[in-house]
Amino acid sequence: MKIDRRSFIALSIGASVGIHISPAPWKLMDDAAIWTQNWPWTPVPERGEVSYVRSVCTLCPGACGIMVRKVNNRAVRIEGMKNHPVSSGGICPLGLSGLQYLYGPARVKTPLKREGKRGEGKWKEIGWDEALSAVTGQLADLRANNNPQGVAWIAGSDRGTIPRLIDRFLSAYGSPNFIRPAGAADTLEQAVYLTQGQLGTVAYDLENTNFILSFGAGLLEGWGAPVRMLHLHGKRDKSRTIVQIEPRLSDTAAKADQWIGINPGTEGTLALGLAHVIIKESLYNMEFIENAATGFAGGADKDGQTRQGFRDMVIENYAPESVSRITGVPARTIEDLARRFARADKKVAIFGRGQGSLPGSMSDGLAVHALNALVGAIHQPGGVSVVSDPDFAKWPESSIDETASQGRQQPRIDGAGTDAFPYSRYLMTQLPEIINSASGDAPIKALMVSEANPLYTLPDTAAARKAFDRIPLIVNFSTFMDETAAYSDYILPNHSYLERLQDVPSPEGLPYTVIGLAKPAVKPLYDTRHIGDVVIEMAKTLGGFVADAFPWNDYESFLKDALADHWRQLNGKGFVEIRQPSSELAPYEFATASAKFEFLPSTGTDTGDDKLPAWPQSAPLPIEGDAQRFPLVLIPYDSMRLANRNIANAPFMTKIIDDTILKKQLVSVEVNPQTAGRLGIGEGDTAELSTPRGKAVVRVHLQEGIQPDLLSMPRGLGRWGFPDDWYINDKGVNFNDLIGPRPDPLSGLDTAWGIRAQLTRV
Amino acid sequence: MSTTDQHHAAAETGQDKTPLPPAEPKPTADENTPWIIGFFFVAGLVGSLIFGWIIFPELLYSKKQQPISFNHAVHMDLVYDGCASCHYFRDDGSFSGLPDNSSCIDCHQVAMGVSEDEEKYVTEYVDQNREVPWLSHPRQPDCVFFSHAAHVKGAGMDCAECHGDVSKRTESRVYQENRLSGYSRDIWGYSISRLGKPAEGEPKTMKMNDCARCHQAETGHKGACFQCHK
Repeated sequence: MKIDRRSFIALSIGASVGIHISPAPWKLMDDAAIWTQNWPWTPVPERGEVSYVRSVCTLCPGACGIMVRKVNNRAVRIEGMKNHPVSSGGICPLGLSGLQYLYGPARVKTPLKREGKRGEGKWKEIGWDEALSAVTGQLADLRANNNPQGVAWIAGSDRGTIPRLIDRFLSAYGSPNFIRPAGAADTLEQAVYLTQGQLGTVAYDLENTNFILSFGAGLLEGWGAPVRMLHLHGKRDKSRTIVQIEPRLSDTAAKADQWIGINPGTEGTLALGLAHVIIKESLYNMEFIENAATGFAGGADKDGQTRQGFRDMVIENYAPESVSRITGVPARTIEDLARRFARADKKVAIFGRGQGSLPGSMSDGLAVHALNALVGAIHQPGGVSVVSDPDFAKWPESSIDETASQGRQQPRIDGAGTDAFPYSRYLMTQLPEIINSASGDAPIKALMVSEANPLYTLPDTAAARKAFDRIPLIVNFSTFMDETAAYSDYILPNHSYLERLQDVPSPEGLPYTVIGLAKPAVKPLYDTRHIGDVVIEMAKTLGGFVADAFPWNDYESFLKDALADHWRQLNGKGFVEIRQPSSELAPYEFATASAKFEFLPSTGTDTGDDKLPAWPQSAPLPIEGDAQRFPLVLIPYDSMRLANRNIANAPFMTKIIDDTILKKQLVSVEVNPQTAGRLGIGEGDTAELSTPRGKAVVRVHLQEGIQPDLLSMPRGLGRWGFPDDWYINDKGVNFNDLIGPRPDPLSGLDTAWGIRAQLTRV
Repeated sequence: MSTTDQHHAAAETGQDKTPLPPAEPKPTADENTPWIIGFFFVAGLVGSLIFGWIIFPELLYSKKQQPISFNHAVHMDLVYDGCASCHYFRDDGSFSGLPDNSSCIDCHQVAMGVSEDEEKYVTEYVDQNREVPWLSHPRQPDCVFFSHAAHVKGAGMDCAECHGDVSKRTESRVYQENRLSGYSRDIWGYSISRLGKPAEGEPKTMKMNDCARCHQAETGHKGACFQCHK
């Protein structure tokens, strides 16, 4: 017997036949398929009991109801809450990505003390006791030196009990400087106060209107309560017309019935141009004008001086032809639009560019509001109303000591409520300039920051950083390591929004009141503390009257006390809806001295000096920059896919940004092909964008939907404070690096809607 | 020159000269070949069959012991609600599966008997507040949606119909884990060929075809993909 090559072949064939009639290959194939499903990096939720927590999303002011789906103690999904009065079961991409904030890498996990220079990123982990005693120690020193007004607190919002608790702390401590960012709602709030004498939030009954005339409001870009706006679009039928007035073809403009491409910053002028046509053709609401308005026809004011009425002023200055020259909108279009708007059954003009987070000028706000009054859309179904701050939470007044009383009487550091800007409540954008121009010591000795990221959101971030450099103590209560946290001395991390209890008042613009309760969906993951508890503890450590103002053990007992009867429903259902009449006043009744709607408000009634001769201005406020050096104009745009306030985008959100907006690390600037041709740049080119405030390298995206000579860039990119989050850190450019504030002469609020710019190929 | 070649050469020369009566074929390597080839073929065949049918299953499955050997029979005598006493439906209708410590510590906060396994449970798990890492025989991949409620409550099936008569077991079975997929051998079945049925009282096999076969028999339809793969 010889063993040769053929023997081996025979053996192999035999083995091969044998193995195929054995179960081995078939079983292995099946097992291999299952093996691939269980690779350890494939995310699979753990097994366990599934439960839902009813809560409210607080990632933006939209206040949508959410249901957090959990497996054991792990939150695995966020869904919209069905039948919620604001969001009706809907949710936006930001809300859906919420778990990535909870479990993401940017969380601050324990109190931190700065070790290196500010912004250097060197931290020492310290315990809560050490952190709190260090901070309260410095606060106690300031108070002992009779300088409690040297403390300022920047919070993300002034609504709800947490900001009110902070304000109570400042009040008992002795500082008038509770500050929050301002938006278009603040401009409108003042316009309403001046014309109607009412204090409250402006609300639009958009669900019941037939004609929405939007002066740049990004209904699909996150304006107001974003999910409410998505529903408004989703359930839209032919009975509702939406006209979008905006310099750029935004999503809202693309989905509107008509898009009017206007020269940027001239919206107020167009509003008065429309008023001109409406008055001239007697299309205005005569019943309202005759019975409920004053200042329309003009006449003598209380000092006996003759003032030109709104009617004559508009007729004289705002003829379609001259408005057309300023706005770039053809006179025919203006006339046609005015007629359609005035003749619509229920109509409303809405204000607030993009997401409404930029205040805009008082003259624009007043002009749009006057247009609503002209067509009688005030306090009417489908129109504008004023919702007073809901009075749902109550707690006892506290008494304050002499130090606090003196501190509270000092003028606010941001200039709000002073003689210069008597009707403004918060002027955060003024802060850097005030601090930088102060001689000697900085006027702010200690700055507390919660739920806000001023070093990212303030216009001209370089100036803001310079100002922050002068503040001796910066304490941040941020949940995340962000730009402002990176610049702080102490970080006392707050629970993330899915770990904490808080009440959430209605979103801006809602014509009825909805109070929501955000409940902890999961137990805190890290060594963080509820900011309410920390404030109460700080007050107790400070002792005396400050401690007396906080008789509660913790935030939860305070909230239960304050919500009283509402607590039970909020705790169970998650929200309370209060459908009160849109205003306490009758439709044609106003709280002004004349009890009428004042078309030409006199701000001088109380102080004697008339601050309104400049309104309404015939020409829009100029923007910053020399037209020779910077021949183009840069405007920002907002997107539902880009979080542009204090928090940065979650990875899911960044994933859904188009390549035409962000490609690798470069953000795109939208350029009209005509302009690009003249500049010799093409699609995808890298270019340097410069403005009087800064420079940035960008990518060029050619876009027919933007006017020639106009550049547009998204807000929300250019984050640098999230070193552990490579999904967002160092991607694109922060628009606020390139623009500076332009205070309104009347309100002091930031009016900047753009800045002059130049684009050069590199 | 090899032996074969020499032989060929000789044969050819012979043919060229005189025609000789065919010689008695000599036993050459050539004539041995079919036998040898056959031998090797059969050797390969048998070897691989032995490997595929006997050795392979032994290699594929590892044999693990449960962390605690659990005596179902003892517990069944003490509880009121049968299997559902510990393997219950939650309020939302979902099935709780394997109980955790919270179900056990009512009785086993301290050891009640003399069993070594109970002692081990109390000292290693209850006292240290750890959950027992039970090895679950019927566990399915995450892509499989299975509703106990539909089968137990809806169709009125008895637990033992699929899981075998667990309640009579006095100790935990050896857990044979598929080294590749990580699941119990119960799923595929102990017959590697999947021929025949599990013995009475043994758990049913739980591959997709098993689901389909039972659904075909009981409901007249195998069911649609999305019924289980959601």
